[in-house]
Amino acid sequence: MNLLMRRKLINRIALTLSMGAMLFGLFWLTWILWTVFDLGVSGLSLNLFTQMTPPPGASDGGLLNAIAGSVLMVTLATLLGTPIGILAGVYLAEYGRFNVLGQTTRFINDLLLSAPSIVIGLFVYALIVANTGKFSAWSGVVALALIVLPVVVRTTENMLQLVPNTLREAAFALGAPKRVVISKVTLRAARAGVVTGVLLAIARIAGETAPLLFTALSNQFWTLNLNEPMANLPVTIFKFAMSPFVEWQQLAWAGVFLITLGVLALNIIARVFLRAEKLN
Amino acid sequence: MTKLGDRLFSGVARSFAVLTLVLLAGIIVALTVASWPSIQAYGIGFLFSPEWNPPMEKFGALVPVYGTLVTALIALVIAVPVSFGIALFLTELSPRWLRRPLGTAIELLAAIPSIVYGMWGLLVFAPIFAQYVQPALQNTLGHLPLIGRLFAGPPLGIGLLCAGVILAIMIIPYIASVMRDVFEVTPAMLKESAYGLGCTTWEVVWRVVLPYTKTGVVGGVMLGLGRALGETMAVTFVIGNTNFLSTASLFAPGNSITSALANEFAEADPGLHTAALMELGLILFVITLCVLVVSKLLLQRLSKGEGGRS
Repeated sequence: MNLLMRRKLINRIALTLSMGAMLFGLFWLTWILWTVFDLGVSGLSLNLFTQMTPPPGASDGGLLNAIAGSVLMVTLATLLGTPIGILAGVYLAEYGRFNVLGQTTRFINDLLLSAPSIVIGLFVYALIVANTGKFSAWSGVVALALIVLPVVVRTTENMLQLVPNTLREAAFALGAPKRVVISKVTLRAARAGVVTGVLLAIARIAGETAPLLFTALSNQFWTLNLNEPMANLPVTIFKFAMSPFVEWQQLAWAGVFLITLGVLALNIIARVFLRAEKLN
Repeated sequence: MTKLGDRLFSGVARSFAVLTLVLLAGIIVALTVASWPSIQAYGIGFLFSPEWNPPMEKFGALVPVYGTLVTALIALVIAVPVSFGIALFLTELSPRWLRRPLGTAIELLAAIPSIVYGMWGLLVFAPIFAQYVQPALQNTLGHLPLIGRLFAGPPLGIGLLCAGVILAIMIIPYIASVMRDVFEVTPAMLKESAYGLGCTTWEVVWRVVLPYTKTGVVGGVMLGLGRALGETMAVTFVIGNTNFLSTASLFAPGNSITSALANEFAEADPGLHTAALMELGLILFVITLCVLVVSKLLLQRLSKGEGGRS
C-alpha cells in the first residue's frame, strides 16, 4: 500500500469515526427523550393536576402541590435574581468593561456559572436554614436565585457588548444622561438577548434538584407558606423515583415528562426568539 | 438632579456587581465556618481515611473523593474523543444546512435536567447496561492483565462505571460546543493553505486546526471536567451509594461527594456529621474552582493571543 492510499484510508476511517461520534450523541438524545415521552405520557391524567402527592401504596394521587410549589419558587427566584443580574451585567458592560472590578467580577461570574449547584444549596443552608433553624421555601428561592444570577449577568453583558457604540454616542449627543442612555437605548437594543438569558435561566432552575434538597426540602401536603418546607417537582421526582412503589415511580415519570417538556420548550423558544429578533 | 440620578444608578449597578464578586468569597467562608468542627477534629487525615461511620462519629473523605475523581475520569475518557468527533463533524463534514439543527440537538443534551438523566439512568439504562454491556466488557477487556481487574465482579448495572458513562453523556455537549467554537476561529487561510498542499481533511484537522486551537480545546475539556465533578442528581441515582469500597473494580458501587451530600445531608445530625458533610462540600468546591480557573485562563489566552472569541 503506498503512502497516498494510506493517507486516504486514515482520512476515511477518521471521518467515519467522526460521523459515528455525531450519531452517538444523537442516539442518547433520542433514547432519553423517547423514554421520557413514552413512560411520561402514559402517566399523564387529570389527577396529576388536581390531586396531592399520595402516601406510599395509595393508588391515586397527583402532583398538584409539587407543581404549584415549583412554579411559585421558580417565579420568585426569577423575580429576585433577574433585576440584580441585569444591573450587574449593565455594570460590567457599561461601566466596568476595562477596570479591575469589572474584569474580576466577570471572571468570578464565569466560575459561578459552572460551580456545582449542590454547593449553592450548602451555602444557603449554612446562611439561612442553620440560622433560622428550619427548612423553608424561602431558602429554596434564595438558592435558585443564586443560580439565576450568573446566567443573567453573563447574557446581559454579552448582549450589551454587541450594541454598537454609535448608538450610545448618538444618545449622549442628544444630551441624555448615562442612566437614560442605558435604560432607554442600549438595554432596549439588547432586549431580545436579555430576555433570552432570563428564559434560559428559568429553564436551568426549573429542573434543579440539588440546591433544593437542603433548603425547601419537600412536603407531602399543599402549602403556599414560604416559611415552611414546600413540595416541588424535582425533589418529589427524586423521592418517588428512588422508591420501590410502582405508583410513585409512575408519578415520577409523569413529573419528569412535564419538566423535560417545559425545559426543552423554553430552550427552543429562547433560541427562536433570539434568531427572529436578530433577523429584524 | 440628573447627576444624582446617574450616580445612584451606577452605584446600584456597581453594588450588584460587587455582590456577585462577594458571593464566591461568601461561599468559601460560609462552608469553612460550617465545617470547622470537622476540620479541627480530623485535620488533614480527613482526606485519607476510608471510614465513614456516622453512628461512631468517624468520618473520612477517601471513598467519596475517590468516587468523584474516578467517575469524572471515566466521563472524560469517553466524552473527549466523542466531543472531538462531533466538533470535527460540525465544522468540516456536515453540510451547511445541517450544522445548526445538529448543533442545537447536541446542545439540547445539556438542557435536559440532571434529574431526568438520573431517573432514566437508574430505571432504563442501568438494567440494559448490566445485561449487555458489562458482560461484554468482562469477556473482552476483563481478560487483560491489570486492566482486567477494573472489570471484575458481578455486573450490577449501577456503580462507578455506570455513573461515569452517564456523566460522559452529560458533559459531551459542553466540551463539543467549546471545541466547535474554537475550531471555527481557525483562520480559513491556514486551512486552505493546508488543503492547497494536498492534505486530507483529517490531516488538516489533526495537524493544523488542533495545534492552532489546543489551548481552547484543553480549556473546553477542563470545563467538562468541572461539570462532571459537581454533577449531583444523575450520579446519586446510579452510583450505588455505599461508603465501603474494597475492590478496584469499576463495576462496584461507590459514593461521590455530591451523592453523599444529596443522600445524607438533610438527615444528618447537627454537629460532627453535618460539619463533615460541609467539609466534603468545601473540598468539592475548591477542586472544581481550581479546574474551572485553569479552564477559564486557557480559553482567555486563546481569545487574546489568537484573536478568536471565547
